[in-house]
Amino acid sequence: MSTIEAEVDALRAEALDALARAGGEDEREAWRADWLGRGDGRLTLRLRALKDAPPEQRGELGRSLNALKAALEAALETEREAARSGAIAALSADAALDVTLPGRPQSLGRLHPVTQTMNDCIEAFAEMGFRVFEGPEVEWSRYNFDAVRIPDDHPARDMWDTIWIDTLIDGERKMLLRTHTSPNQIRVMEQSEPPVRVIVPGKCYRQEATDATHEWMLTQIEGLAVDEGVRMSDLKGALYAFARRLFGEDRRIIFHHSYFPFVEPGVEMAIDCFLCRADGSDCRTCHGTGWIEILGAGMVHPEIIDNAGYDSSKHTGFAFGVGIERVAMLRWGIEDIRHFYQNDLRFLRQF
Amino acid sequence: MKLPLSWLRDYVDVTLEPAEFAKRVTDAIAEVEGWEVIGAGWDPALVRVAEVLGVEPHPNADRLRLATVDAGEGPRTVVCGAPNVAAGQKVAFATEGATLIDGHTGKPSKLKLRAIRGVDSAGMVLSEKELGISDEHEGILVLPEDAAIGAPLVEAIGDVVFDVSTWANRADLLGILGFAREVAAVTGQPLREPDRSYSPSERQADEFVSVTIEAPDLCRRFTASVIEGVAVGPSPPWMQQRLIRAGMRPINNVVDVTNYVMLETGQPLHAFDYDLVRGAEIRPRRARPGERLTTLDGVERDLDPDMLMICDGEGPVAVAGIMGGGNSEVSEATRTVLLEVANFHPGSIRRTSTQLRLRSEASLRFEKGIGPELASHAQARALHLLERVASGKPAAGLADSFPTPLPSPAITLPAARIEQVLGIAIAPAEVRRILEALGFEVSERGDAFEVTPPYWRPDAALPDDLVEELIRVHGYDKLPTTALRGALPAARPRPLERVRERARALAAGLGFQEVVSYTLTSAEALERVVAPDDGDRAKPLAAVNPVASQRTYLRTSLRGSLLAAYAANRRHEDAAMRLFEIGVEYLPTEADLPHERPVLCAVLGGQRLERWERPGPERLDFFDAKGAVEALLDGLGVAGAFTPEEGHALLPGHTAAVSIGDETAGVVAQVHPDAAAAFGIEEPVFLAELWFEPLTRALPERPDYAPPSRYPEARRDLALLVPEATPAAALLDVIGTHRARGVRIGAAVFDEYRGEGVPAGRKSLALALRFQAGDRTLGERDVARIEQGLLRRLEQDLDATLRS
Repeated sequence: MSTIEAEVDALRAEALDALARAGGEDEREAWRADWLGRGDGRLTLRLRALKDAPPEQRGELGRSLNALKAALEAALETEREAARSGAIAALSADAALDVTLPGRPQSLGRLHPVTQTMNDCIEAFAEMGFRVFEGPEVEWSRYNFDAVRIPDDHPARDMWDTIWIDTLIDGERKMLLRTHTSPNQIRVMEQSEPPVRVIVPGKCYRQEATDATHEWMLTQIEGLAVDEGVRMSDLKGALYAFARRLFGEDRRIIFHHSYFPFVEPGVEMAIDCFLCRADGSDCRTCHGTGWIEILGAGMVHPEIIDNAGYDSSKHTGFAFGVGIERVAMLRWGIEDIRHFYQNDLRFLRQF
Repeated sequence: MKLPLSWLRDYVDVTLEPAEFAKRVTDAIAEVEGWEVIGAGWDPALVRVAEVLGVEPHPNADRLRLATVDAGEGPRTVVCGAPNVAAGQKVAFATEGATLIDGHTGKPSKLKLRAIRGVDSAGMVLSEKELGISDEHEGILVLPEDAAIGAPLVEAIGDVVFDVSTWANRADLLGILGFAREVAAVTGQPLREPDRSYSPSERQADEFVSVTIEAPDLCRRFTASVIEGVAVGPSPPWMQQRLIRAGMRPINNVVDVTNYVMLETGQPLHAFDYDLVRGAEIRPRRARPGERLTTLDGVERDLDPDMLMICDGEGPVAVAGIMGGGNSEVSEATRTVLLEVANFHPGSIRRTSTQLRLRSEASLRFEKGIGPELASHAQARALHLLERVASGKPAAGLADSFPTPLPSPAITLPAARIEQVLGIAIAPAEVRRILEALGFEVSERGDAFEVTPPYWRPDAALPDDLVEELIRVHGYDKLPTTALRGALPAARPRPLERVRERARALAAGLGFQEVVSYTLTSAEALERVVAPDDGDRAKPLAAVNPVASQRTYLRTSLRGSLLAAYAANRRHEDAAMRLFEIGVEYLPTEADLPHERPVLCAVLGGQRLERWERPGPERLDFFDAKGAVEALLDGLGVAGAFTPEEGHALLPGHTAAVSIGDETAGVVAQVHPDAAAAFGIEEPVFLAELWFEPLTRALPERPDYAPPSRYPEARRDLALLVPEATPAAALLDVIGTHRARGVRIGAAVFDEYRGEGVPAGRKSLALALRFQAGDRTLGERDVARIEQGLLRRLEQDLDATLRS
């Protein structure tokens, strides 16, 4: 063994021994400075002193010292890697979390279930090309009733118990809280030419006693499509798509005869009961009939088409009105309509 | 309307089970809301029809009797306590083992026979209560005379009574015959008309009474018949039974016939005691000022000149189409009946009954519109029945005033219209079958049908009315589902609604729970949040007929609703609450609909949750409310400016107006503790409001954009001493407008400090400054020079000095 080899081996042994005794990153860093430090690391100084070595030894010594430097750097890196993976192992083992502990609380708001349901309804009809229109909640009696063919002394007014506003205009009471969104059929047609394809969301009001299925303030969405070639089968198609969107792809719908003064023919639409699936049980939702009534609809009365300045021999249309609370109650199995406007967070937080 | 199946079967055969019948009716005719089966529990072998052969006293009891009855197996003796049992009656008879309703407990039990006061009883003669038909337990049920002896009772009087809701334009469906016509059309069965024959006497009705219509606009037709020799008494059991099942109370045979015919035909009738009709004349006319009439319900009615009265030679004897008067009522003493069957203007009947607050079976029918031709048919049917059940002798003909009979105009229904409206064609033969089954006359003319509606269908006037008749009977199940065709309407921009819905989503995302409150409130609740001098907001619109007194006023502010919701939830919520609502303020407008001003209102307060989801020591404060507004505006793409403000029910010094550019768009504040306390809130609570109209006007179409700089920004923190009253925003404004050789300076406040080390009357504000040049990396000396310039400016403008 040459003296050079012996000297380098001794250095190596000393350095590796020191490294092995270095515990923690601070000591490793001190070791690095001690041995490999750019200014005065022992090995650095040694390498720098190469130029003073006898020329015949310089080659061998240089190779040996450089090899030693690479070896020490590699050893340091190995130590560091071992320490890092050891720390990670400790983190995942000794410092393992109880992941079943609660997360740090964040404040989360939610939209009201009626808003959520309304948004879903709007989206369903928007996909069929319906635009949203909004009208006033405080409405003229003329729009709410007369223009939709419910004159003052007509018994059909019994279908809408009305909250009137205490204002006299020309000695007459003319203002009311709209009982339905249907006056907007007139407002829309006054403002536009065919083709018309709108939905009108909004609050409505009824002067009636409340119970589990009746509320005096309610939310409706009105639909209206008027154009050449609008057919009742299109109404059925639109409502079928809506029903499947809101209540499931396997829903079926039926129309049955009904009467609203502003449509002819007039129908009520029902969906098949997705709760009991008509199994003949005493279902609370469909009362054992297998069908759940969802909405009223029909073909826009030709007089209303003509009064709008359209031509009823050419233009036909359909209209429908959906009670949003009813849809929401069915979707979530809510048993009492009065929950919606009590603003109880224990109710609202569930949606 | 109650629809007994047994009665309906007089006119049409029905073989469907109740559930299927109900479905078919609901699909095509009117809504069946339910049905009641009568006799479902009567065992056909044990509960049967029997005849009472004789009645004798009970040997051992004064209040009991022994009846001999025959239920088809010969005479048997029954102990009976009912006072009304009599020989010749057909009765309901039960034998051992029959399940009956116990007369005392009201619960079902099996009949066990035993000797009563020493006499064996072969069975039991039953009351309505024991049969489960009604609560009647005084006497036994007397069956119609044609009930067959020995027949199961369920065959004799079993029934299904449907509860049907009909339409506001269809008076004919309020007659069982009219209903039967629809059922016949839907099921393809023939319709049987009732017997209207009778044997008139020699004298003509118009010899007894004259009819003069003085108000032909309100009375379209008036017919009167006269029946002599009437014996007023109870009507026969079959008629009483039908009236009861249809929901009416039997009175006497004459009144019962008028009700029976009304229920059958839909045409109301009224019977007068002829001898009490003064002057043998009838004059339908408007009431005269000051006239009064006591109606059959015993109420004295004030009349007004818009009301149509039926008058005799001296004055009113009935409120036309609504209720008769007590002065001409049929009684036991009545010998001659004057029977009115008339036709009135539907709107007039409705107005009068609304004014008098008097709805009757008659008015409910008249107000829907009845064809005037029906009057004479109903007359004939009533005379037929009066002849049989009241032994009356009808005079010949009618005293009939029918000034202007208007034949139903024919409707031209182009065949193409059917397909245009429905999307499917209906074969001409089917068109004809359906319309004719419903009573329409149909002839084909080229590509169209000429259709004349029957007199009982005044509602049918337009081709589309006929299209409805066709499709409902043809079946809505035959309608396919198709997709709308044609061009889509142009979209209209709705900027306010876009902003509103974006704000709704942002508010929820920022941790606020959306609520929806009643929009009507009380004056007191509104006064808590609206100043009395606050213009339109202090003068809310009121409802004439609110559902409850605390729901009288249309809210002109959402604050009260939110604070009430906050207070109500505080009862069961321990930690911080954040609520918001988007609605409108209903601001009155002179002689017009109110301005419905859209607004977002949020309230928040309470203890912030700590790590373990428990209320922590830190409460939400003003800066939580402000931070939420800032974040919301940031989400909408704008920055708001906040300036000190005062407002009703808001805490001074803790209130800021929110403005965007020149528009004041909202407010952030702590609710005044007194106002909060008025809602029952005893902790600091904060609110924020944003009005969407100014907000939408102020929003830029798109946010300002500058590309991210390629050069690093330089940062400096410094603390400035400023006079205590100087708002932080003033510093930021100066810094924001300071220009130094193309270098942008951003600033944020990160501390506010008063106290030791800060001279009295001043406060320290710590600022984090960011310097950014668009074209170079700023060096230490660049930054120092700019900072010096900025500090000089701040000292000049705001008396701010560097805190050392």
